Amino acid sequence: MASAFEYAPAPESRAVVDIAPSYGLFIDGEFAEAADGKVFKTVSPSTEEVLSEVAQAGEADVDRAVKAARKAFDKWSALPGAERAKYLFRIARIIQERSRELAVLETLDNGKPIKETRDVDLPLVAAHFFYYAGWADKLDHAGYGPNPRPLGVAGQVIPWNFPLLMLAWKIAPALATGNTVVLKPAETTPLSALFFADICRQAGLPKGVVNILPGYGDTGAAVVAHPDVNKVAFTGSTAVGKEIARTIAGTRKKLTLELGGKGANIVFDDAPIDQAVEGIVNGIFFNQGQVCCAGSRLLVQESIQDELLDSLKRRLSTLRLGDPLDKNTDIGAINSAEQLARITALADQGEAEGAERWSPPCELPSSGYWFAPTLFTGVTQAHTIARDEIFGPVLSVLTFRTPEEAVAKANNTPYGLSAGIWTEKGSRILAVANKLRAGVVWSNTFNKFDPTSPFGGYKESGFGREGGRHGLEAYLDV
Amino acid sequence: MSDMTRLTVFKTYKLYVGGKFPRSESGRVYEVIDSKGNWLANAPLSSRKDARDAVVAARKAFGGWAGNTAYLRGQILYRVAEMLEGRREQFVREVADAEGLSKSKASAQVDAAIDRWVWYAGWTDKISQVVGGGNPVAGPFFNLSTPEPTGVVAVLAPQESSFLGLVSVIAPVIATGNTAVVIASEKSPLPALSLGEVLATSDLPGGVVNILSGRTAEIATPLAAHQDVNAIDLTGADEVLAKELEIAAADNLKRLLRPQPVDNPVNWAADPGTHRLTAFLETKTVWHPTGSLGASGSSY
Repeated sequence: MASAFEYAPAPESRAVVDIAPSYGLFIDGEFAEAADGKVFKTVSPSTEEVLSEVAQAGEADVDRAVKAARKAFDKWSALPGAERAKYLFRIARIIQERSRELAVLETLDNGKPIKETRDVDLPLVAAHFFYYAGWADKLDHAGYGPNPRPLGVAGQVIPWNFPLLMLAWKIAPALATGNTVVLKPAETTPLSALFFADICRQAGLPKGVVNILPGYGDTGAAVVAHPDVNKVAFTGSTAVGKEIARTIAGTRKKLTLELGGKGANIVFDDAPIDQAVEGIVNGIFFNQGQVCCAGSRLLVQESIQDELLDSLKRRLSTLRLGDPLDKNTDIGAINSAEQLARITALADQGEAEGAERWSPPCELPSSGYWFAPTLFTGVTQAHTIARDEIFGPVLSVLTFRTPEEAVAKANNTPYGLSAGIWTEKGSRILAVANKLRAGVVWSNTFNKFDPTSPFGGYKESGFGREGGRHGLEAYLDV
Repeated sequence: MSDMTRLTVFKTYKLYVGGKFPRSESGRVYEVIDSKGNWLANAPLSSRKDARDAVVAARKAFGGWAGNTAYLRGQILYRVAEMLEGRREQFVREVADAEGLSKSKASAQVDAAIDRWVWYAGWTDKISQVVGGGNPVAGPFFNLSTPEPTGVVAVLAPQESSFLGLVSVIAPVIATGNTAVVIASEKSPLPALSLGEVLATSDLPGGVVNILSGRTAEIATPLAAHQDVNAIDLTGADEVLAKELEIAAADNLKRLLRPQPVDNPVNWAADPGTHRLTAFLETKTVWHPTGSLGASGSSY
């Protein structure tokens, strides 16, 4: 289909961010090389251009970082809450000041569109620090008894899909409650965490309170297993989450896990179709579908299937895929070659198992990691693409006849992170929401986030909540 | 009348599964003795199969129990306390035998257990407001977080406190709408098995609480590995067993309540707080657009 509108390129300027050719580990307030001198390269997924070379933390570095965090813990946790709060407020403000720089940086390192980093990631990052800053001197009133105590050193391992936002979700509540942290960013997106280290420096945060250790899975495993870590927080795959739970068995480490999902987006026959289509697109193509709470299963009531799919396909044909720095871009790059291979393999399997594959006409750039928005129809619950988390821009469409069937299908997964409901009938929203075994339910909307709103899964999507008063519990000895 | 003393009628202690009183499918029993080594009864020595049957019963009961109003759950739990009060003397005798306590000390345990049950009966329709609520999100949304029961919970009852401890771990699990598979104290299972008889006559639907006696490790191992168990309370496990069970429980990411460290044991007489209620609750957050009545400004 010919595009109704032609858009001139509108790229955001890269000049706003200055990426150094190399970065060290951030331990005890200083940047340092890894003990064994190892480094790795981080590339821009949209061009495969090497952005920087980053120190890769090994076990010795993990040990040094945990020691620094331990040393900093006594003073940090003994600070009056109001003083800790002011550090966090400073951080929130500096993030706001530097938000354009950070948005461009995140887009370069992650591959997601600038309109998402600029309008979603960065505002939420600042808001999260601002929110938890305010809790630091109000913990007595949070419902966990008088004078709730921090746990100690928190080991935190975060994913690459929302690098700085996941950092904020982890670090803000940890610091507000008086813990110190050792955080490992993902190997494909280490840069925003290292820029955050610089923000800590600008904010005058005491040394050792925040330590940043870029590295691969083995670095994360070393952080999790370190005997002097009191708290482990992980966001990532369910398989790794289970491995972490096994690793810390028999220790007294407190664990929170935010893992995979296979969210059902349920569209009833009375739903406003245009709004539902926007919600479906947002549900599965936001951040190229690399979202744990993505609405990756569309459950559409049989009687409106044709109408809805026609509308959806028409809408997908207008999505613009390309340069993530272009302000008009809807779909950016897949984060890594590895993730692209995984999405490709699962989509191929969907086809091989008999589901019908469709993508809009879509020209993919010649370099970088790209995957066209893809829709599968004729999907049954037995299909791999209806069961496994794809973590990419691939939507599996299933149908249902009755609300009971919709609920049964939605819940027929080991995951339980998110779900969506589209209907004009308020009582149906409440009845269906009540029956869904999922931690976050969006009715007539999707992929909304807020620092005051608890987020987290049922079943194998993990346990513990991030955000809101609930998010404090993960970092308190209660 | 003759001066022959009347021969008492012994009770056959049986499991409580799905609202019924089966023997162990294995046909096995083990001797339960009092603190002085005297024989008290033969208790069923539950097998893996018994554990799996109990999970099936607990899963079947979950939807209905969780779907009840909190008010009705409170009514039923209070009814349990009423039934316990009526059987107070029996439990005093059993607890005295089990734990080697004087009659007055055993009475204090039983009284505290009944009061504990009443306390949790009152929590059913209050916990949601304490731990849930509206979230002031920065946008035109009504955003509500509500606690919901986790599902089927395996409960390793404390080994020492055979009745007060037992009640203190079962009541919070079911008060919030979960269903339970309970492993009684290994050496003192009789108060637990008698509790099953109370539950069966208290309007509690069959399968909401299932009680197994036997070797804690033998029963707990298949429960920790069971893919249809959502959570496990490890209170009655020693540190070695707790670690093994924690590893098995990771397979489907069961929610865990770890045992207290040996150097800091639970004081069952103390105010229990709410952590046993919240340990087996999930938080569901629902977003609803609020819409707008137009741009006319304040309408207050």
